[in-house]
Amino acid sequence: MATLNVLILVCLAYVVLLFGVAFAADRMAAAGRGRWLRSPRIYTLSLSIYCTAWTFYGAVGNAARSGLEFVTIYLGPTLVMISWWWGLRKLVRVGRSQRVTSIADLISSRYGKSNTLAICVTILAVLGGTPYIALQLQSITLSFSIFAEADPSGLYREGASVFWVAAGLAMFAILFGTRNLDANERHHGVVTAIALESVVKLFALLAVGIFVVWGVAGGVTPMMDRIDASAIGRWDVDTGRWITITFLSAAAFVCLPRMFQVMVVENDDEAHLRTAAWAFPLYLLLMSLFVVPIAVVGLDLLPAGSNPDLFVLTVPLSQGNDWLAMLSFIGGFSSATSMVIVTAMALSTMVSNHLVMPIWLNTRERRSSISGDVRGVVLMARRVSIAAIMALGFFYYRLSGGGAALASIGLVAFAGISQILPALVGGLFWRGATRTGALVGLSVGFSLWVYTLLLPGMGGGVMSASVIENGPFGLGWLRPQALFGLEGLDPMTHTVLWSLSLNALAFCAASLLSFPSPLERLQGAQFVNVFDHSVAPGGWTGSVAQSEDLMIMTQRILGAGPAQDFFQAEADRQGVRGRLPEPTPGFLERLERELSGSVGAATAHAMIGQIVGGSSVSVEDLLAVADESAQLLEYSSRLEAKSAELSRTARKLREANEKLTQISKQKDAFLGQVSHELRTPMTSIRAFSEIMRDTDGLSADETRRYATIIHDEALRLTRLLDDLLDLSVLENGQVNLNMGDATLRAVLDRAVATALAGVERPLRVRRSLPSERIALHTDLDRLGQVFINLISNAQKYCDAADPMLTISAYDVGGQVVIDFVDNGSGVPADAQSMVFEKFARVGFDKAGGAGLGLAICREIMQRLGGEISYLPGQGGAAFRVSLPLAHRQAAQ
Amino acid sequence: MSQPGPDEPPLAAPRPSVFLERQSYRRRRLADAARILPFLGAALIAIPLLWPRADTDEGGVSLSSAILYIFICWAALIGVSFLFGLAARRMSSSDEPRAEGERWRP
Repeated sequence: MATLNVLILVCLAYVVLLFGVAFAADRMAAAGRGRWLRSPRIYTLSLSIYCTAWTFYGAVGNAARSGLEFVTIYLGPTLVMISWWWGLRKLVRVGRSQRVTSIADLISSRYGKSNTLAICVTILAVLGGTPYIALQLQSITLSFSIFAEADPSGLYREGASVFWVAAGLAMFAILFGTRNLDANERHHGVVTAIALESVVKLFALLAVGIFVVWGVAGGVTPMMDRIDASAIGRWDVDTGRWITITFLSAAAFVCLPRMFQVMVVENDDEAHLRTAAWAFPLYLLLMSLFVVPIAVVGLDLLPAGSNPDLFVLTVPLSQGNDWLAMLSFIGGFSSATSMVIVTAMALSTMVSNHLVMPIWLNTRERRSSISGDVRGVVLMARRVSIAAIMALGFFYYRLSGGGAALASIGLVAFAGISQILPALVGGLFWRGATRTGALVGLSVGFSLWVYTLLLPGMGGGVMSASVIENGPFGLGWLRPQALFGLEGLDPMTHTVLWSLSLNALAFCAASLLSFPSPLERLQGAQFVNVFDHSVAPGGWTGSVAQSEDLMIMTQRILGAGPAQDFFQAEADRQGVRGRLPEPTPGFLERLERELSGSVGAATAHAMIGQIVGGSSVSVEDLLAVADESAQLLEYSSRLEAKSAELSRTARKLREANEKLTQISKQKDAFLGQVSHELRTPMTSIRAFSEIMRDTDGLSADETRRYATIIHDEALRLTRLLDDLLDLSVLENGQVNLNMGDATLRAVLDRAVATALAGVERPLRVRRSLPSERIALHTDLDRLGQVFINLISNAQKYCDAADPMLTISAYDVGGQVVIDFVDNGSGVPADAQSMVFEKFARVGFDKAGGAGLGLAICREIMQRLGGEISYLPGQGGAAFRVSLPLAHRQAAQ
Repeated sequence: MSQPGPDEPPLAAPRPSVFLERQSYRRRRLADAARILPFLGAALIAIPLLWPRADTDEGGVSLSSAILYIFICWAALIGVSFLFGLAARRMSSSDEPRAEGERWRP
């Protein structure tokens, strides 16, 4: 018989092996080696923490009590795994795209990053997880005690052993589970150790099973006969329990914090699910293959009244096969340890992210951006939480006395944690699910679970027998195990039926009646349509330059190196060199997601909110939520707006281009014109002066005629040069205004007289003299120059048979407006924009000035504070001169 | 270019589209099958509830046959799931535009 000392030695050696494996795996992962650490095999094996000591020992006990009922615990997860395509795949995708750290984080993230909800889920998980941890401790102690009974030294003390086991497990979880903060950096050490443990427990159980079937019963056929002949040899299961437990185990498989941890948080690649979908059910099948044979043989061989939960150990022991018993003990030990470690890790993440961090942030308020290293706080919180959770489990074990059958505690925990299911499934598949709905549903389910299952199960101390028998205050319909008069059901079926159905009902009803916040709707769309757009929700509108604060905070959460890398990458993305990136919404949202990987969505949201302070949902986001068609609509309208803007810009460019080409053409034409204009008088001046020089005997009459021609041509040259000079003076702003007072009528009179003087066929000018009695205070000569130019232009260009110019003047609110409209064909549309440009001449065929007249007019009007413009659509060429009447009062 | 003449060899371009269409059709049906599988499994697991109970005249079904039934069904589900996993892997690796694979969803 193996002594207790050998057992303890083996145990310690096994633990050292686990530490070694975890340490080596962490080192390998850190060195970037060990691709197999991320293989689907490791992932599948890590899922097997579903099989705890409860499964290892309890399944045989369950089979010995109620036949095949135990398989339901495995069939539920099998159904979940084979429906991975539309269930788990979505969950994993959401978990990865939202960088979720725990199930509480997922729920909180889905319902608008509500921390209240996260706290509820965390409390539920801790309440459900504590008895479960106690159960594992109990199984280890029980198995120890089996060996202790046979040990002659009698040194074994139960209390001490439980304490040391709990302490050792807490150590392991703290050492390997809180190495890095970012939950999305995988805990390769822990996961690899768990994978090893799952191989060990499968191997142990198979070894015991093979020993029982071929070693004890003598083959498959005799074993089958033996099964049929045993006390449990007939098919006899409770229909209600069969369905309930299948459903419950399926629900718990998804909702249990530790399962969520290995399945979603530690998941490296979505494609691993493809392998796990068949490999994990296969693992479960192998685990349960020999359960009934072991139970039947145990019932046969061992004295009546021995604990069936420990048949896995006692059967080999009774056959004198100590080493097999030792192996089986190690199997049970590893199932218990792996479960406890991962549960402690998962729960501590939830507690630190959703309970400790919010409190810590609140007490610090603004100072969070100044003081200490947040990483230290979070890690410390996690370590303390692990210790606290283990302590809770330990005390629960000591208080409950470890009496109840293993399987029942496990199922109680399952029923508790399954209350998350409606909120989880609703959150993944129903966009209408709201935070209020989730809160109400959870509360209803949770309280029913406590009232109908947890409290009655804890024994007389908590809920008296009379309450269970007659209901509180004698209200029969409130009896905990026969709620609303539903009697005769198994307590478990009863609880699951009432709690989950009312939970789901309350969830749906409250969701339908409440209205979600914008962030909630945004997250809802993100979750439900995760396969359509795995992009993040739009987020912050950080317009102020808080990059430095953000950098400080990020450094303290991610560590200096990763934070600087992250900011550098962002700066590169924004094309910013040598300084911090701008806090654009996209950047803030990426940062929040990065942080949420470390401290959870709600806390990350709150921390960024503290610094940025801006609203977290923009109008565009809300539009995006509206729905698919609205999204399309919005997209296309945005495209339309963009394309309209583009075509507007293109049109402007085209116009500018046209103007440029025209100007360039006119410049060329002007140069030609100027040289022509200069050459013509020059030629005649030269020709006539040569005649006068070379020809003898010119009559005085001829000489005078030639001299007059030379004089006229010289005048023409002077005029041209004067114009050019005038324009350049005006343009350079060097002109001195010679201000004077007169009425408009006087100015016009002089202009008309000057412009039409000496013209062969003067055009008729129509004026309305009374309206011209407006006093002006301006440079009268310059204004007159403008008028003369306009009138002589009309005289020159008006092509009507009976040319007529209408001059009308108005006093419009402090401005005098004078219109010059002739009855010709006007300026062609394509030339209208050019008439005031220098060198512009409409129609090169008509001889005239050099095209400087109107350009000079425009310059003059600008100097006088008024303007001159072309009026299209007046029947002929129409110009409007407007001038401010600043000194009207003084003039009158 | 749209219609190849009678003498020309058929152009390569239209061919793959037919092929792809067929493949994506297969893919969709495969996804349907994957969706049905859990319901089939649930039905198979529920069948034993219809068996005669131990307290009836016939004395119920023997536990050994119940074990055989449950485990064979279980193994069959695992087998089908395995085949589906293989098919899904092949499809996703032959999936050229990956985005289409992403869109292939319930």
